[in-house]
Amino acid sequence: MGNKKNIPSWQFLFLALPGIVYLIVNNYIPMLGIFLAFKDFNFSKGIFGSAWCGFDNFKFLFKTSDAILMTRNTILYNLAFIVLGTILAIFVAILMSELGASLKLKFFQSSLLLPNLLSWVVIAYICFAFLNSESGFINKTINRWLQIESVSWYTEKQAWPGILIFVFLWKNAGYTSIVYLASISGIDKSVYEAADIDGASKLRQIFSITLPLLKPTVIIMTLMAVGRIFFSDFGLFYQVPMDSGALYSVTQTIDTYVYRGLMKLNDVGMSAAAGLFQSVVGFVVVMLANGIVRKTDSDNALF
Amino acid sequence: MANNHKIFYRFCVVILFILTLIALLPLVLIMMASITDEDTLLANGYAFIPAKFSTAAYLYLIKQHSTILRAYGISFAVTGIGTFLSVLFTTMIAYPMSAKNFKYRNMLTFFVFFTMLFNGGVVPSYLLWSSTLHIKDTLWALILPNYLVTAFNVILVKNYYSTNVPDALLESARIDGANEIVIFFKIMLPLAVPVVATIGLFTALVYWNDWINGLYYISNPNYYGIQNLLIRLMDNIQFLKSGAAGSSLGALSVKLPGTAVRMAMAVTGILPIVITYPFLQKYFIRGVVIGAVKG
Repeated sequence: MGNKKNIPSWQFLFLALPGIVYLIVNNYIPMLGIFLAFKDFNFSKGIFGSAWCGFDNFKFLFKTSDAILMTRNTILYNLAFIVLGTILAIFVAILMSELGASLKLKFFQSSLLLPNLLSWVVIAYICFAFLNSESGFINKTINRWLQIESVSWYTEKQAWPGILIFVFLWKNAGYTSIVYLASISGIDKSVYEAADIDGASKLRQIFSITLPLLKPTVIIMTLMAVGRIFFSDFGLFYQVPMDSGALYSVTQTIDTYVYRGLMKLNDVGMSAAAGLFQSVVGFVVVMLANGIVRKTDSDNALF
Repeated sequence: MANNHKIFYRFCVVILFILTLIALLPLVLIMMASITDEDTLLANGYAFIPAKFSTAAYLYLIKQHSTILRAYGISFAVTGIGTFLSVLFTTMIAYPMSAKNFKYRNMLTFFVFFTMLFNGGVVPSYLLWSSTLHIKDTLWALILPNYLVTAFNVILVKNYYSTNVPDALLESARIDGANEIVIFFKIMLPLAVPVVATIGLFTALVYWNDWINGLYYISNPNYYGIQNLLIRLMDNIQFLKSGAAGSSLGALSVKLPGTAVRMAMAVTGILPIVITYPFLQKYFIRGVVIGAVKG
Protein backbone atom coordinates (compact mmCIF):
# COMPACT_ATOMS: atom_id res chain seq x y z
CA MET A 1 0.00 0.00 0.00
CA GLY A 2 2.98 2.28 0.61
CA ASN A 3 3.45 3.09 -3.05
CA LYS A 4 -0.19 4.02 -3.60
CA LYS A 5 0.67 7.51 -4.84
CA ASN A 6 3.29 6.25 -7.28
CA ILE A 7 0.83 4.62 -9.61
CA PRO A 8 -0.68 7.11 -11.95
CA SER A 9 -4.43 6.68 -12.35
CA TRP A 10 -4.21 7.34 -16.07
CA GLN A 11 -2.89 3.85 -16.74
CA PHE A 12 -5.93 2.34 -15.06
CA LEU A 13 -8.24 4.80 -16.73
CA PHE A 14 -6.71 3.95 -20.08
CA LEU A 15 -7.56 0.28 -19.53
CA ALA A 16 -11.08 1.07 -18.37
CA LEU A 17 -11.72 3.58 -21.16
CA PRO A 18 -13.35 1.33 -23.82
CA GLY A 19 -15.70 -0.11 -21.21
CA ILE A 20 -16.54 3.31 -19.80
CA VAL A 21 -17.26 4.77 -23.23
CA TYR A 22 -19.42 1.79 -24.11
CA LEU A 23 -21.49 1.96 -20.92
CA ILE A 24 -21.98 5.70 -21.38
CA VAL A 25 -23.32 5.18 -24.90
CA ASN A 26 -25.23 1.95 -24.35
CA ASN A 27 -26.59 2.61 -20.85
CA TYR A 28 -26.18 6.14 -19.49
CA ILE A 29 -27.22 8.27 -22.46
CA PRO A 30 -30.46 6.25 -22.86
CA MET A 31 -31.12 6.89 -19.15
CA LEU A 32 -31.04 10.60 -19.91
CA GLY A 33 -33.38 9.88 -22.81
CA ILE A 34 -36.24 9.08 -20.48
CA PHE A 35 -37.49 12.62 -21.07
CA LEU A 36 -38.87 11.28 -24.36
CA ALA A 37 -41.78 9.90 -22.35
CA PHE A 38 -42.83 13.49 -21.70
CA LYS A 39 -42.71 14.55 -25.35
CA ASP A 40 -45.17 14.36 -28.18
CA PHE A 41 -42.57 12.72 -30.37
CA ASN A 42 -42.62 13.35 -34.07
CA PHE A 43 -40.00 11.78 -36.34
CA SER A 44 -39.84 14.81 -38.65
CA LYS A 45 -39.21 17.19 -35.75
CA GLY A 46 -36.66 14.95 -34.06
CA ILE A 47 -35.80 14.34 -30.44
CA PHE A 48 -35.28 17.94 -29.44
CA GLY A 49 -37.72 19.55 -31.86
CA SER A 50 -40.76 17.64 -30.66
CA ALA A 51 -43.09 19.47 -28.29
CA TRP A 52 -43.33 18.73 -24.57
CA CYS A 53 -46.62 17.25 -23.47
CA GLY A 54 -46.20 16.73 -19.74
CA PHE A 55 -47.84 13.55 -18.50
CA ASP A 56 -50.15 13.20 -21.52
CA ASN A 57 -48.50 10.00 -22.73
CA PHE A 58 -48.99 8.41 -19.33
CA LYS A 59 -52.59 9.64 -19.13
CA PHE A 60 -53.40 8.09 -22.50
CA LEU A 61 -51.55 4.91 -21.66
CA PHE A 62 -53.36 4.30 -18.40
CA LYS A 63 -56.74 5.31 -19.83
CA THR A 64 -56.61 2.35 -22.21
CA SER A 65 -57.06 -1.21 -21.05
CA ASP A 66 -53.62 -1.96 -22.56
CA ALA A 67 -51.70 -0.74 -19.53
CA ILE A 68 -53.55 -2.90 -17.04
CA LEU A 69 -53.53 -5.89 -19.38
CA MET A 70 -49.80 -5.87 -20.10
CA THR A 71 -48.86 -5.18 -16.49
CA ARG A 72 -51.16 -7.96 -15.29
CA ASN A 73 -49.76 -10.41 -17.84
CA THR A 74 -46.15 -9.52 -17.03
CA ILE A 75 -46.61 -9.96 -13.29
CA LEU A 76 -48.81 -13.07 -13.38
CA TYR A 77 -46.56 -14.93 -15.82
CA ASN A 78 -43.52 -14.05 -13.74
CA LEU A 79 -45.21 -15.28 -10.58
CA ALA A 80 -46.11 -18.56 -12.28
CA PHE A 81 -42.53 -18.90 -13.57
CA ILE A 82 -41.07 -18.21 -10.13
CA VAL A 83 -43.32 -20.66 -8.26
CA LEU A 84 -43.43 -23.52 -10.77
CA GLY A 85 -39.86 -22.97 -11.96
CA THR A 86 -38.49 -23.17 -8.43
CA ILE A 87 -40.49 -26.29 -7.55
CA LEU A 88 -39.50 -28.12 -10.73
CA ALA A 89 -35.83 -27.10 -10.48
CA ILE A 90 -35.54 -28.25 -6.87
CA PHE A 91 -37.31 -31.51 -7.74
CA VAL A 92 -34.86 -32.17 -10.58
CA ALA A 93 -31.87 -31.13 -8.44
CA ILE A 94 -32.87 -33.57 -5.68
CA LEU A 95 -33.23 -36.40 -8.21
CA MET A 96 -29.83 -35.54 -9.64
CA SER A 97 -28.15 -35.34 -6.25
CA GLU A 98 -29.00 -39.02 -5.76
CA LEU A 99 -26.84 -39.98 -8.72
CA GLY A 100 -23.59 -38.70 -7.22
CA ALA A 101 -20.80 -37.61 -9.53
CA SER A 102 -21.42 -40.16 -12.27
CA LEU A 103 -21.58 -40.39 -16.01
CA LYS A 104 -25.37 -40.67 -15.69
CA LEU A 105 -25.51 -37.32 -13.92
CA LYS A 106 -23.47 -35.67 -16.68
CA PHE A 107 -25.76 -37.10 -19.33
CA PHE A 108 -28.97 -35.96 -17.64
CA GLN A 109 -27.54 -32.57 -16.76
CA SER A 110 -26.32 -31.74 -20.23
CA SER A 111 -29.50 -33.05 -21.86
CA LEU A 112 -31.70 -30.92 -19.64
CA LEU A 113 -29.50 -27.85 -20.21
CA LEU A 114 -29.60 -28.13 -24.00
CA PRO A 115 -32.99 -26.37 -24.51
CA ASN A 116 -31.53 -23.40 -22.65
CA LEU A 117 -28.94 -22.91 -25.37
CA LEU A 118 -31.45 -22.54 -28.21
CA SER A 119 -32.65 -19.18 -29.46
CA TRP A 120 -36.31 -18.19 -29.15
CA VAL A 121 -36.51 -18.21 -32.92
CA VAL A 122 -35.59 -21.88 -33.08
CA ILE A 123 -37.91 -22.63 -30.16
CA ALA A 124 -40.71 -20.88 -32.05
CA TYR A 125 -40.02 -23.25 -34.96
CA ILE A 126 -40.17 -26.24 -32.62
CA CYS A 127 -43.48 -25.02 -31.16
CA PHE A 128 -44.76 -24.53 -34.70
CA ALA A 129 -43.97 -28.17 -35.46
CA PHE A 130 -46.23 -29.15 -32.56
CA LEU A 131 -48.96 -26.52 -32.77
CA ASN A 132 -49.44 -25.69 -36.44
CA SER A 133 -53.09 -26.44 -37.23
CA GLU A 134 -52.71 -28.25 -40.57
CA SER A 135 -49.76 -30.55 -39.95
CA GLY A 136 -48.69 -30.01 -36.32
CA PHE A 137 -47.81 -33.03 -34.21
CA ILE A 138 -50.53 -32.32 -31.65
CA ASN A 139 -53.41 -32.03 -34.12
CA LYS A 140 -52.26 -34.72 -36.52
CA THR A 141 -51.01 -37.31 -34.07
CA ILE A 142 -52.04 -36.77 -30.48
CA ASN A 143 -55.53 -35.42 -31.14
CA ARG A 144 -56.11 -38.11 -33.74
CA TRP A 145 -55.24 -40.82 -31.22
CA LEU A 146 -57.47 -39.26 -28.61
CA GLN A 147 -60.10 -38.66 -31.30
CA ILE A 148 -60.32 -34.96 -30.45
CA GLU A 149 -61.09 -32.31 -33.07
CA SER A 150 -58.16 -30.32 -34.42
CA VAL A 151 -57.54 -27.06 -32.63
CA SER A 152 -56.38 -23.86 -34.26
CA TRP A 153 -53.74 -23.24 -31.59
CA TYR A 154 -52.50 -19.86 -32.75
CA THR A 155 -55.95 -18.32 -32.25
CA GLU A 156 -56.96 -20.31 -29.17
CA LYS A 157 -56.49 -17.88 -26.30
CA GLN A 158 -57.29 -20.18 -23.38
CA ALA A 159 -54.47 -22.55 -24.25
CA TRP A 160 -51.66 -19.99 -24.19
CA PRO A 161 -51.02 -19.37 -20.51
CA GLY A 162 -50.40 -23.11 -20.24
CA ILE A 163 -48.31 -23.28 -23.40
CA LEU A 164 -46.12 -20.33 -22.41
CA ILE A 165 -45.55 -21.66 -18.92
CA PHE A 166 -44.66 -25.09 -20.33
CA VAL A 167 -42.23 -23.63 -22.87
CA PHE A 168 -40.61 -21.49 -20.19
CA LEU A 169 -40.12 -24.49 -17.92
CA TRP A 170 -38.85 -26.60 -20.82
CA LYS A 171 -36.20 -24.01 -21.62
CA ASN A 172 -35.17 -23.03 -18.09
CA ALA A 173 -35.66 -25.92 -15.67
CA GLY A 174 -32.31 -27.53 -16.56
CA TYR A 175 -30.44 -24.28 -15.99
CA THR A 176 -31.99 -23.51 -12.61
CA SER A 177 -31.65 -27.09 -11.40
CA ILE A 178 -27.86 -26.86 -11.89
CA VAL A 179 -27.81 -23.94 -9.46
CA TYR A 180 -29.82 -25.86 -6.86
CA LEU A 181 -27.74 -28.99 -7.36
CA ALA A 182 -24.59 -26.97 -6.61
CA SER A 183 -26.25 -25.85 -3.41
CA ILE A 184 -27.27 -29.41 -2.44
CA SER A 185 -23.72 -30.65 -3.11
CA GLY A 186 -22.53 -28.14 -0.52
CA ILE A 187 -24.51 -29.86 2.24
CA ASP A 188 -22.34 -31.82 4.67
CA LYS A 189 -22.64 -35.56 3.82
CA SER A 190 -22.31 -36.62 7.44
CA VAL A 191 -25.74 -35.15 8.18
CA TYR A 192 -27.29 -37.70 5.81
CA GLU A 193 -25.14 -40.52 7.23
CA ALA A 194 -26.36 -39.70 10.72
CA ALA A 195 -29.96 -39.69 9.46
CA ASP A 196 -29.38 -43.09 7.85
CA ILE A 197 -28.16 -44.53 11.12
CA ASP A 198 -31.25 -43.13 12.84
CA GLY A 199 -33.33 -44.98 10.25
CA ALA A 200 -34.78 -41.92 8.50
CA SER A 201 -36.28 -42.76 5.09
CA LYS A 202 -35.11 -41.01 1.93
CA LEU A 203 -38.29 -38.97 1.75
CA ARG A 204 -37.91 -38.01 5.38
CA GLN A 205 -34.31 -36.89 4.73
CA ILE A 206 -35.41 -34.71 1.80
CA PHE A 207 -38.08 -32.94 3.84
CA SER A 208 -36.08 -32.65 7.07
CA ILE A 209 -32.56 -32.01 5.76
CA THR A 210 -32.32 -31.05 2.08
CA LEU A 211 -35.25 -28.65 1.79
CA PRO A 212 -34.58 -26.71 5.02
CA LEU A 213 -30.91 -26.34 4.07
CA LEU A 214 -31.87 -25.14 0.59
CA LYS A 215 -33.99 -22.36 2.02
CA PRO A 216 -31.35 -19.59 1.80
CA THR A 217 -30.69 -20.37 -1.89
CA VAL A 218 -34.42 -20.43 -2.63
CA ILE A 219 -34.89 -17.08 -0.92
CA ILE A 220 -32.03 -15.44 -2.82
CA MET A 221 -33.03 -16.88 -6.19
CA THR A 222 -36.66 -15.90 -5.65
CA LEU A 223 -35.87 -12.36 -4.57
CA MET A 224 -33.60 -11.92 -7.60
CA ALA A 225 -36.46 -13.06 -9.81
CA VAL A 226 -38.95 -10.84 -7.99
CA GLY A 227 -36.62 -7.92 -8.68
CA ARG A 228 -37.25 -8.53 -12.40
CA ILE A 229 -40.99 -9.04 -12.09
CA PHE A 230 -41.82 -6.09 -14.37
CA PHE A 231 -39.55 -7.42 -17.12
CA SER A 232 -40.44 -10.27 -19.42
CA ASP A 233 -38.55 -12.40 -21.88
CA PHE A 234 -39.38 -10.68 -25.17
CA GLY A 235 -38.66 -13.79 -27.26
CA LEU A 236 -41.02 -16.02 -25.29
CA PHE A 237 -43.94 -13.64 -25.66
CA TYR A 238 -43.21 -12.39 -29.18
CA GLN A 239 -41.66 -15.29 -31.14
CA VAL A 240 -43.35 -18.32 -29.60
CA PRO A 241 -46.95 -17.06 -30.22
CA MET A 242 -45.81 -16.01 -33.74
CA ASP A 243 -46.96 -12.44 -33.08
CA SER A 244 -50.55 -13.67 -33.45
CA GLY A 245 -52.97 -10.77 -32.96
CA ALA A 246 -55.76 -13.04 -31.70
CA LEU A 247 -53.58 -13.91 -28.69
CA TYR A 248 -52.55 -10.41 -27.59
CA SER A 249 -54.82 -10.40 -24.55
CA VAL A 250 -52.86 -13.32 -23.05
CA THR A 251 -49.42 -12.73 -24.61
CA GLN A 252 -48.97 -8.95 -24.41
CA THR A 253 -46.36 -7.96 -21.83
CA ILE A 254 -44.73 -4.59 -21.22
CA ASP A 255 -41.79 -5.57 -23.42
CA THR A 256 -43.90 -6.66 -26.40
CA TYR A 257 -46.06 -3.54 -26.02
CA VAL A 258 -42.98 -1.28 -26.13
CA TYR A 259 -41.69 -3.09 -29.23
CA ARG A 260 -45.01 -2.94 -31.07
CA GLY A 261 -45.57 0.70 -30.14
CA LEU A 262 -42.12 1.71 -31.33
CA MET A 263 -41.58 -0.44 -34.42
CA LYS A 264 -45.07 -1.28 -35.70
CA LEU A 265 -47.26 1.66 -34.68
CA ASN A 266 -44.59 4.38 -34.58
CA ASP A 267 -46.11 5.63 -31.37
CA VAL A 268 -42.84 6.67 -29.77
CA GLY A 269 -44.38 8.70 -26.94
CA MET A 270 -46.62 5.91 -25.61
CA SER A 271 -43.89 3.37 -26.06
CA ALA A 272 -41.42 5.54 -24.13
CA ALA A 273 -44.00 6.08 -21.40
CA ALA A 274 -44.54 2.32 -21.02
CA GLY A 275 -40.76 1.79 -21.00
CA LEU A 276 -40.21 4.46 -18.35
CA PHE A 277 -43.02 3.03 -16.23
CA GLN A 278 -41.27 -0.36 -16.44
CA SER A 279 -37.82 1.07 -15.61
CA VAL A 280 -38.97 3.12 -12.64
CA VAL A 281 -41.21 0.49 -11.07
CA GLY A 282 -38.56 -2.13 -11.86
CA PHE A 283 -35.93 -0.01 -10.09
CA VAL A 284 -38.10 0.36 -6.99
CA VAL A 285 -38.77 -3.39 -6.88
CA VAL A 286 -35.05 -4.24 -7.28
CA MET A 287 -34.17 -1.90 -4.42
CA LEU A 288 -36.88 -3.41 -2.20
CA ALA A 289 -35.88 -6.99 -3.06
CA ASN A 290 -32.23 -6.22 -2.36
CA GLY A 291 -33.13 -4.53 0.90
CA ILE A 292 -34.88 -7.71 2.00
CA VAL A 293 -31.95 -9.91 0.94
CA ARG A 294 -29.54 -7.68 2.84
CA LYS A 295 -31.65 -8.01 5.98
CA THR A 296 -31.86 -11.83 5.77
CA ASP A 297 -28.42 -12.64 4.43
CA SER A 298 -26.09 -9.77 3.67
CA ASP A 299 -23.51 -11.98 1.90
CA ASN A 300 -25.91 -12.65 -0.89
CA ALA A 301 -27.22 -9.11 -1.33
CA LEU A 302 -26.37 -7.50 -4.66
CA PHE A 303 -25.01 -4.48 -2.80
CA MET B 1 -32.44 -49.88 4.42
CA ALA B 2 -30.10 -50.58 1.53
CA ASN B 3 -33.07 -51.87 -0.43
CA ASN B 4 -35.00 -48.69 0.26
CA HIS B 5 -32.10 -46.66 -1.15
CA LYS B 6 -31.92 -48.80 -4.24
CA ILE B 7 -35.59 -48.32 -5.00
CA PHE B 8 -35.28 -44.57 -4.54
CA TYR B 9 -32.21 -44.49 -6.79
CA ARG B 10 -34.11 -46.33 -9.54
CA PHE B 11 -37.04 -43.98 -9.14
CA CYS B 12 -34.68 -41.00 -9.65
CA VAL B 13 -33.15 -42.48 -12.77
CA VAL B 14 -36.54 -43.28 -14.30
CA ILE B 15 -37.98 -39.81 -13.67
CA LEU B 16 -34.82 -38.11 -14.96
CA PHE B 17 -34.95 -40.30 -18.04
CA ILE B 18 -38.53 -39.20 -18.73
CA LEU B 19 -37.60 -35.54 -18.23
CA THR B 20 -34.66 -35.97 -20.59
CA LEU B 21 -37.00 -37.36 -23.23
CA ILE B 22 -39.24 -34.32 -22.81
CA ALA B 23 -36.19 -32.04 -23.18
CA LEU B 24 -34.78 -33.74 -26.26
CA LEU B 25 -37.72 -35.16 -28.22
CA PRO B 26 -38.90 -31.78 -29.58
CA LEU B 27 -35.46 -31.42 -31.18
CA VAL B 28 -35.73 -34.91 -32.62
CA LEU B 29 -39.13 -34.00 -34.08
CA ILE B 30 -37.81 -31.09 -36.14
CA MET B 31 -34.81 -33.14 -37.24
CA MET B 32 -37.08 -35.95 -38.45
CA ALA B 33 -39.42 -33.44 -40.11
CA SER B 34 -36.50 -32.02 -42.06
CA ILE B 35 -35.84 -35.41 -43.64
CA THR B 36 -39.49 -36.26 -44.30
CA ASP B 37 -40.98 -36.29 -47.77
CA GLU B 38 -43.05 -33.13 -48.27
CA ASP B 39 -46.28 -34.88 -49.34
CA THR B 40 -46.04 -37.27 -46.40
CA LEU B 41 -45.50 -34.30 -44.11
CA LEU B 42 -48.61 -32.56 -45.39
CA ALA B 43 -50.76 -35.69 -45.23
CA ASN B 44 -49.63 -37.17 -41.91
CA GLY B 45 -48.25 -34.15 -40.16
CA TYR B 46 -44.93 -33.99 -38.31
CA ALA B 47 -43.97 -37.39 -37.00
CA PHE B 48 -41.08 -38.95 -35.11
CA ILE B 49 -40.89 -41.84 -37.54
CA PRO B 50 -41.78 -40.58 -41.00
CA ALA B 51 -43.58 -42.91 -43.40
CA LYS B 52 -41.36 -41.72 -46.22
CA PHE B 53 -37.91 -40.17 -45.97
CA SER B 54 -36.58 -37.55 -48.34
CA THR B 55 -33.49 -35.42 -48.59
CA ALA B 56 -35.27 -32.93 -50.85
CA ALA B 57 -35.26 -30.19 -48.21
CA TYR B 58 -31.48 -30.32 -47.75
CA LEU B 59 -30.88 -30.60 -51.49
CA TYR B 60 -33.01 -27.50 -51.87
CA LEU B 61 -30.97 -25.67 -49.22
CA ILE B 62 -27.76 -26.65 -51.02
CA LYS B 63 -29.19 -25.28 -54.25
CA GLN B 64 -30.03 -22.01 -52.50
CA HIS B 65 -26.72 -21.97 -50.68
CA SER B 66 -25.79 -18.37 -51.42
CA THR B 67 -28.44 -16.87 -49.12
CA ILE B 68 -27.74 -19.40 -46.40
CA LEU B 69 -23.96 -19.22 -46.54
CA ARG B 70 -24.19 -15.47 -46.42
CA ALA B 71 -26.36 -15.57 -43.28
CA TYR B 72 -23.99 -18.12 -41.75
CA GLY B 73 -21.07 -15.84 -42.54
CA ILE B 74 -22.78 -12.88 -40.90
CA SER B 75 -23.61 -14.93 -37.79
CA PHE B 76 -20.05 -16.25 -37.50
CA ALA B 77 -18.52 -12.81 -38.05
CA VAL B 78 -20.82 -11.17 -35.48
CA THR B 79 -20.20 -13.95 -32.96
CA GLY B 80 -16.43 -13.85 -33.48
CA ILE B 81 -15.94 -10.08 -33.45
CA GLY B 82 -18.53 -9.53 -30.72
CA THR B 83 -17.08 -12.14 -28.40
CA PHE B 84 -13.49 -10.99 -28.94
CA LEU B 85 -14.24 -7.33 -28.23
CA SER B 86 -16.54 -8.21 -25.35
CA VAL B 87 -13.94 -10.33 -23.58
CA LEU B 88 -11.18 -7.77 -24.17
CA PHE B 89 -13.16 -4.74 -22.94
CA THR B 90 -14.68 -6.66 -20.04
CA THR B 91 -11.34 -7.86 -18.65
CA MET B 92 -9.78 -4.43 -19.28
CA ILE B 93 -12.36 -2.59 -17.19
CA ALA B 94 -12.47 -5.34 -14.54
CA TYR B 95 -8.77 -5.05 -13.68
CA PRO B 96 -8.85 -1.42 -12.42
CA MET B 97 -12.00 -2.28 -10.44
CA SER B 98 -10.03 -4.98 -8.62
CA ALA B 99 -6.80 -2.99 -8.21
CA LYS B 100 -6.45 -1.83 -4.60
CA ASN B 101 -4.13 1.01 -5.55
CA PHE B 102 -6.46 2.61 -8.08
CA LYS B 103 -7.84 5.78 -6.53
CA TYR B 104 -11.21 5.75 -8.31
CA ARG B 105 -11.98 2.06 -8.08
CA ASN B 106 -15.11 2.46 -5.95
CA MET B 107 -16.44 5.13 -8.24
CA LEU B 108 -15.78 2.93 -11.27
CA THR B 109 -17.42 -0.07 -9.62
CA PHE B 110 -20.54 1.95 -8.87
CA PHE B 111 -20.56 3.29 -12.42
CA VAL B 112 -20.61 -0.26 -13.79
CA PHE B 113 -22.93 -1.64 -11.15
CA PHE B 114 -25.63 1.01 -11.49
CA THR B 115 -26.39 -0.18 -15.03
CA MET B 116 -27.77 -3.37 -13.46
CA LEU B 117 -30.29 -1.44 -11.42
CA PHE B 118 -31.71 1.07 -13.85
CA ASN B 119 -32.01 1.36 -17.58
CA GLY B 120 -33.49 3.95 -19.86
CA GLY B 121 -35.58 1.44 -21.75
CA VAL B 122 -35.77 0.40 -25.36
CA VAL B 123 -37.06 3.65 -26.89
CA PRO B 124 -34.24 6.06 -26.03
CA SER B 125 -31.57 3.50 -26.88
CA TYR B 126 -33.24 2.65 -30.19
CA LEU B 127 -33.34 6.32 -31.16
CA LEU B 128 -29.74 6.84 -30.07
CA TRP B 129 -28.34 3.90 -32.03
CA SER B 130 -30.48 4.44 -35.10
CA SER B 131 -30.94 8.18 -35.58
CA THR B 132 -27.90 9.62 -33.81
CA LEU B 133 -25.24 6.97 -34.38
CA HIS B 134 -26.68 5.64 -37.66
CA ILE B 135 -25.77 2.01 -37.20
CA LYS B 136 -28.84 0.66 -38.99
CA ASP B 137 -28.02 -1.88 -41.69
CA THR B 138 -24.36 -2.27 -40.77
CA LEU B 139 -22.55 -5.18 -39.15
CA TRP B 140 -22.07 -2.98 -36.06
CA ALA B 141 -25.83 -2.98 -35.47
CA LEU B 142 -25.57 -6.66 -34.67
CA ILE B 143 -22.51 -6.27 -32.43
CA LEU B 144 -22.74 -3.04 -30.46
CA PRO B 145 -26.19 -2.64 -28.89
CA ASN B 146 -26.91 -4.39 -25.59
CA TYR B 147 -24.34 -7.16 -25.26
CA LEU B 148 -20.78 -5.90 -25.65
CA VAL B 149 -19.94 -4.98 -22.06
CA THR B 150 -22.41 -6.07 -19.39
CA ALA B 151 -22.15 -5.30 -15.69
CA PHE B 152 -22.82 -8.96 -14.93
CA ASN B 153 -19.72 -10.17 -16.81
CA VAL B 154 -17.52 -7.33 -15.56
CA ILE B 155 -18.36 -8.11 -11.94
CA LEU B 156 -17.74 -11.81 -12.55
CA VAL B 157 -14.21 -11.08 -13.82
CA LYS B 158 -13.57 -8.48 -11.13
CA ASN B 159 -14.46 -10.98 -8.40
CA TYR B 160 -12.25 -13.55 -10.06
CA TYR B 161 -9.31 -11.12 -10.02
CA SER B 162 -9.94 -10.09 -6.41
CA THR B 163 -9.96 -13.64 -5.11
CA ASN B 164 -7.43 -15.39 -7.35
CA VAL B 165 -4.59 -12.97 -8.01
CA PRO B 166 -2.21 -12.40 -5.09
CA ASP B 167 -1.21 -8.76 -4.55
CA ALA B 168 2.42 -9.82 -4.12
CA LEU B 169 2.56 -10.91 -7.76
CA LEU B 170 1.49 -7.47 -8.96
CA GLU B 171 3.75 -5.69 -6.49
CA SER B 172 6.81 -7.55 -7.70
CA ALA B 173 5.95 -6.75 -11.32
CA ARG B 174 5.64 -3.07 -10.39
CA ILE B 175 8.98 -3.15 -8.62
CA ASP B 176 10.45 -4.57 -11.83
CA GLY B 177 9.19 -1.45 -13.52
CA ALA B 178 6.14 -2.75 -15.36
CA ASN B 179 3.34 -0.26 -15.82
CA GLU B 180 -0.33 -1.21 -15.34
CA ILE B 181 -1.00 -1.64 -19.03
CA VAL B 182 1.86 -4.10 -19.38
CA ILE B 183 0.75 -5.85 -16.18
CA PHE B 184 -2.72 -6.25 -17.60
CA PHE B 185 -1.63 -7.79 -20.89
CA LYS B 186 1.27 -9.84 -19.52
CA ILE B 187 -0.18 -11.01 -16.20
CA MET B 188 -3.85 -10.31 -15.67
CA LEU B 189 -5.17 -11.37 -19.07
CA PRO B 190 -3.34 -14.74 -19.10
CA LEU B 191 -4.40 -15.39 -15.49
CA ALA B 192 -8.02 -14.78 -16.38
CA VAL B 193 -8.22 -17.69 -18.85
CA PRO B 194 -10.68 -19.80 -16.81
CA VAL B 195 -13.14 -16.97 -16.29
CA VAL B 196 -12.59 -15.69 -19.83
CA ALA B 197 -13.51 -19.14 -21.13
CA THR B 198 -16.76 -18.95 -19.20
CA ILE B 199 -17.87 -15.46 -20.17
CA GLY B 200 -16.57 -15.97 -23.71
CA LEU B 201 -18.65 -19.09 -24.15
CA PHE B 202 -21.83 -17.47 -22.90
CA THR B 203 -21.22 -14.27 -24.86
CA ALA B 204 -20.66 -16.27 -28.03
CA LEU B 205 -23.94 -18.05 -27.41
CA VAL B 206 -25.73 -14.72 -26.88
CA TYR B 207 -24.40 -13.37 -30.19
CA TRP B 208 -25.15 -16.55 -32.12
CA ASN B 209 -28.71 -16.70 -30.77
CA ASP B 210 -29.47 -12.99 -30.97
CA TRP B 211 -32.25 -11.86 -33.27
CA ILE B 212 -33.44 -8.79 -31.37
CA ASN B 213 -30.74 -6.43 -32.66
CA GLY B 214 -31.52 -7.69 -36.15
CA LEU B 215 -35.22 -7.08 -35.60
CA TYR B 216 -34.65 -3.47 -34.54
CA TYR B 217 -31.75 -2.40 -36.69
CA ILE B 218 -31.59 -4.52 -39.84
CA SER B 219 -33.92 -4.09 -42.79
CA ASN B 220 -31.45 -4.95 -45.56
CA PRO B 221 -31.56 -8.76 -46.04
CA ASN B 222 -27.84 -8.73 -46.88
CA TYR B 223 -27.18 -8.28 -43.18
CA TYR B 224 -29.44 -11.07 -41.95
CA GLY B 225 -27.71 -13.53 -39.67
CA ILE B 226 -29.04 -17.04 -39.36
CA GLN B 227 -31.67 -16.13 -36.72
CA ASN B 228 -33.14 -13.25 -38.68
CA LEU B 229 -33.14 -15.36 -41.83
CA LEU B 230 -35.17 -17.93 -39.88
CA ILE B 231 -37.66 -15.27 -38.81
CA ARG B 232 -38.01 -14.15 -42.40
CA LEU B 233 -38.48 -17.72 -43.66
CA MET B 234 -41.29 -18.34 -41.22
CA ASP B 235 -43.26 -15.53 -42.89
CA ASN B 236 -42.17 -16.26 -46.40
CA ILE B 237 -40.48 -19.41 -47.55
CA GLN B 238 -40.03 -17.99 -51.04
CA PHE B 239 -37.52 -15.59 -49.54
CA LEU B 240 -34.76 -18.13 -50.06
CA LYS B 241 -35.31 -17.72 -53.79
CA SER B 242 -36.44 -14.14 -54.13
CA GLY B 243 -34.12 -12.86 -51.42
CA ALA B 244 -30.85 -11.07 -51.64
CA ALA B 245 -29.06 -13.35 -54.02
CA GLY B 246 -31.62 -15.49 -55.80
CA SER B 247 -33.34 -14.76 -59.08
CA SER B 248 -37.02 -14.20 -58.51
CA LEU B 249 -38.22 -15.37 -61.90
CA GLY B 250 -39.34 -18.97 -62.14
CA ALA B 251 -39.42 -19.37 -58.38
CA LEU B 252 -43.06 -20.38 -58.45
CA SER B 253 -42.75 -22.94 -61.20
CA VAL B 254 -40.68 -25.28 -59.05
CA LYS B 255 -42.61 -27.07 -56.35
CA LEU B 256 -41.19 -25.97 -53.06
CA PRO B 257 -40.91 -28.43 -50.15
CA GLY B 258 -41.80 -25.52 -47.86
CA THR B 259 -42.57 -27.26 -44.61
CA ALA B 260 -39.58 -29.56 -44.62
CA VAL B 261 -37.30 -26.74 -45.80
CA ARG B 262 -38.31 -24.60 -42.84
CA MET B 263 -37.40 -27.38 -40.45
CA ALA B 264 -34.17 -28.09 -42.30
CA MET B 265 -33.25 -24.41 -41.89
CA ALA B 266 -33.98 -24.57 -38.17
CA VAL B 267 -31.73 -27.63 -37.91
CA THR B 268 -29.05 -25.78 -39.86
CA GLY B 269 -29.35 -22.90 -37.38
CA ILE B 270 -28.73 -25.08 -34.31
CA LEU B 271 -26.08 -27.25 -35.97
CA PRO B 272 -23.03 -25.38 -34.59
CA ILE B 273 -24.47 -25.63 -31.07
CA VAL B 274 -25.36 -29.31 -31.34
CA ILE B 275 -21.96 -30.20 -32.82
CA THR B 276 -19.86 -28.36 -30.24
CA TYR B 277 -22.07 -29.09 -27.24
CA PRO B 278 -20.63 -32.51 -26.32
CA PHE B 279 -17.18 -30.90 -26.02
CA LEU B 280 -18.33 -27.75 -24.28
CA GLN B 281 -21.08 -28.99 -21.97
CA LYS B 282 -18.89 -29.17 -18.89
CA TYR B 283 -17.83 -25.53 -19.34
CA PHE B 284 -21.45 -24.52 -19.77
CA ILE B 285 -22.45 -26.30 -16.58
CA ARG B 286 -19.50 -24.80 -14.69
CA GLY B 287 -20.44 -21.38 -16.05
CA VAL B 288 -24.03 -21.65 -14.82
CA VAL B 289 -22.76 -22.39 -11.31
CA ILE B 290 -20.20 -19.54 -11.31
CA GLY B 291 -22.76 -17.09 -12.64
CA ALA B 292 -25.35 -17.99 -10.05
CA VAL B 293 -23.04 -17.99 -7.05
CA LYS B 294 -21.98 -14.41 -7.50
CA GLY B 295 -23.53 -12.38 -10.24
